[in-house]
Amino acid sequence: MNPSEGIEFAQTQVARASLDHCVKCTICETHCPVAAVTPKFTGPKFVGPQAERFRHGESVDHSLDYCSSCGACTLACPQGVKIAELNGQARAVMKADEMPLRDRLITQTTLMGRAMTPLAPVANAALSIKPLRTVVEKVLGIHRDAPMPHANTQTITGWLKKRTRTAPAPTRGPIVFFHGCAGGYFEVETSKKSIEVLEHLGYEVLVPKQGCCGLAEQSNGLFDGATAKVLKLCDELRSSGRDLTIISSSGSCTGMLKHEAHEIMGVDDDRLADVGTRIRDIMEFLLELHDAGELPTDFAEIPLTAVYHAPCQLKSQGMGQPAMEVLKLIPGVEAIESGATCCGIAGTYGLKKEKYEIAQAVGKPLFDKVREVNPEFAMCDTETCRWQIRKGSGAVVEHPIFLVHQAYGLS
Amino acid sequence: MKTLTADVVVVGGGSTGAGVVRDVAMRGYSAILVDRADLGQGTTGRYHGLLHSGGRYVVSDPHSATECAEENAIVTRIQSHAVERTGGYFVATHVDDPAWGDDWAKGATDTKVPFEEVSVAEVLKAEPRVNPKISRAFKVEDGSVDGWQLVWSAANSAKQYGAKILTYHRVTKINRDGDRVSQVVCTDEKTGEEVRINTNFVLNCAAAWGGQIAHMADCPDVQVVPGAGIMIAMNHRLTNSVINRLTYPADGDILVPVHTVCIIGTTDQKADDPDKLQIAWDEVQQMMDCGELLVPGFRNARAIHAWAGARPLVKDSRVGSGDTRHMSRGMSIIDHSERDGLKGLLTIAGGKLTTYRLMAENVVNAMCAQLGETRPCRTADEQCPGSEDKKNYVITHRLEEREHDRTEDQILCECELMSKGMFTRALADQPKGSFDDLRRQLRLGMGPCQGGFCSMRATGVALQSEHIDIERATGLVRLFLKNRWIGIWPILYGDQVRQTALDNWIFQGTLDVEHLPGPTHEEVV
Repeated sequence: MNPSEGIEFAQTQVARASLDHCVKCTICETHCPVAAVTPKFTGPKFVGPQAERFRHGESVDHSLDYCSSCGACTLACPQGVKIAELNGQARAVMKADEMPLRDRLITQTTLMGRAMTPLAPVANAALSIKPLRTVVEKVLGIHRDAPMPHANTQTITGWLKKRTRTAPAPTRGPIVFFHGCAGGYFEVETSKKSIEVLEHLGYEVLVPKQGCCGLAEQSNGLFDGATAKVLKLCDELRSSGRDLTIISSSGSCTGMLKHEAHEIMGVDDDRLADVGTRIRDIMEFLLELHDAGELPTDFAEIPLTAVYHAPCQLKSQGMGQPAMEVLKLIPGVEAIESGATCCGIAGTYGLKKEKYEIAQAVGKPLFDKVREVNPEFAMCDTETCRWQIRKGSGAVVEHPIFLVHQAYGLS
Repeated sequence: MKTLTADVVVVGGGSTGAGVVRDVAMRGYSAILVDRADLGQGTTGRYHGLLHSGGRYVVSDPHSATECAEENAIVTRIQSHAVERTGGYFVATHVDDPAWGDDWAKGATDTKVPFEEVSVAEVLKAEPRVNPKISRAFKVEDGSVDGWQLVWSAANSAKQYGAKILTYHRVTKINRDGDRVSQVVCTDEKTGEEVRINTNFVLNCAAAWGGQIAHMADCPDVQVVPGAGIMIAMNHRLTNSVINRLTYPADGDILVPVHTVCIIGTTDQKADDPDKLQIAWDEVQQMMDCGELLVPGFRNARAIHAWAGARPLVKDSRVGSGDTRHMSRGMSIIDHSERDGLKGLLTIAGGKLTTYRLMAENVVNAMCAQLGETRPCRTADEQCPGSEDKKNYVITHRLEEREHDRTEDQILCECELMSKGMFTRALADQPKGSFDDLRRQLRLGMGPCQGGFCSMRATGVALQSEHIDIERATGLVRLFLKNRWIGIWPILYGDQVRQTALDNWIFQGTLDVEHLPGPTHEEVV
């Protein structure tokens, strides 16, 4: 599809057909974490199946921009209305004419990683300078207190080049690893541990050169850029070999490939369909192995009680919470489900000046729960959520693969 | 008993009557309009909402085509807020002969109906849900119009010129003094009181009911045959332009976007009684098949309401009495002084909503001629109240308004974005109104839930307003639900079944609405 078709799709096709299923029951509204904390957002039923009947391909209701795209509404809807998708499309149409510079910048995740890695100490220091953040807030509209990624001095590519592979020779054949931008530049440790766990299990892990999935652009309504990125990524992931399983430890990016690019932007491309069906979240993959009797469970005991938070964008993949099942296999680990719909950050939502307070209010019950259960440590599958929960609760927050890695004696 | 006096009494509060009362009032006559029910409750409120470009009639009825084209421009201007300039297309589907388009284009040129032949690609780009198998298309200036808004704005204009509008006044007798009309006798349906109006002239605009009215003046055998047609509203706009089939006028060949819905129509069956119109299952199926031709997947889309309207077709000896589709769509004026020897009574029937203003002009001209007076018609020159800003209706307007007031003003009807303020203001204007009266002004309960959620909210708010007591509240909500049901059951399939089940659980299961202590006399109007 050529670039401008994304907006056209949103204007005309939309997930409109699904709005016919709405019976106005309001269950989605009771699940919306944003509407629960602010009257600025009219709620998913209002902006979705209701407002869409009044739109004519034109979005006059600017409050719909307060939707965080967490997808809790679509997940909760008992009638099958694609509420979050409708809202994402309407927002893209609305912003098509007046896209803020900020939203163009913060969606360039790869660029940000590339720029910050060589300057990691400087970048990290700069991001902690209050007056500088105040200027950034004024000029760009990124809230001065919003959580920011911590730059690494080494990218995952740098690590892969320099490391010496320690795992025994592969016994299970090749597998492809997709690390995402955050997993490539910021949350590098998660990618490393995921690769090492897969190698420990006997896989030959192929890590093709790869770019961004375009999720940040998609959720900000920049469909053209997002479509180009996701299709380029599909080409890159497919270059490692046909029919190979693709594993990712980046929960939200996986969702983009599995369903969001197709359902929200209307990307109808065989390459995406191919990658979307081959990709697995790493915890989902481990659980599949376990269900097939192929996951070694010689886990060492880890005495730990901690909150596990399944991110909204992981839940919307409709696979339950595989991390909870896998963590149960590790002796001593007691993972407590967060019970929270969303941590509030929702990708880039909680970074924005006008939404920061809302995102903090959405995350508060989760932060409280972390502090109550284990103020030192918590788990979550998605990078931006971890930044948000770290900042909000003060705990160290890592991907659940950290515990698997440790329980296999790899760390 | 109450006695009133007026130069002219207009019988019938549909589009024709409203246009006529406006016209006579603007020409300086004192006038009273009476209708047995609410304004626009007959055929005007039960049609597909199309403001014809004229394109439909360029071959079958060239005279009407030209009239439609001219009146479309006038109504779009003088009642701008009731009209959405949707534009329209005539498309040859894969079962239609594209060569007929040549006849059509010639007809359109001859009748001065503005049109432009466009590529299939252009249609599909503008309206991506339209059948991609169409072979030919013409773009025309169709619009959609809210019949109720149209009637009220004409009635309000008439009021500004001193006219009285008496709704729920049923005519029971038209008295004469020798060979002249002298008095119209009515019953106030809300109070039971008799109302006598002394007058010299009666303009019978009762359309499909016109024969009954003429009979009350002892003018028998006026044959206005009700040509019944059904229409079905779909849950959302499948197209944003009017889509017509490029074919000789037939059943189910128009899809019209009106407000939040789009309406497929219509059929044409001779009816015996305009008050007893059926919505037959096979006609519903026929409409679904027709919709499928225009928009593939139509059958899977959600239908939310169906209704039937009665065209007032004056019997024409040229066609058989069963073939109402090809009876004259043109307007007919019956001068009862010639026909029955009674001066001061004219009956007008036929025509269509698009040409309502012209019909009014013609009948009032005929009245002036009979009275021997010359008073020129000015209805085409002046904006109606509410349209002073000359802005046409746009679909997004309520969404935009609620964006600004939703935090201060609760939304009662979520489907149609009607606020509590809108409802309480309308109720204060019309404290004796039924919820259906308010619905026609506010679109209360006209969305997908069909009153499931909003009707109980409206009932609560109405009760709080102290215009009604608890028993009347119960009576009103029961009547409202009963009337909604008439239009729901004929299209109960697919998604609307789920909605109806939920609504039923709420009303029967939770509220036990049938067993609430209600009024001793159940509300009927």
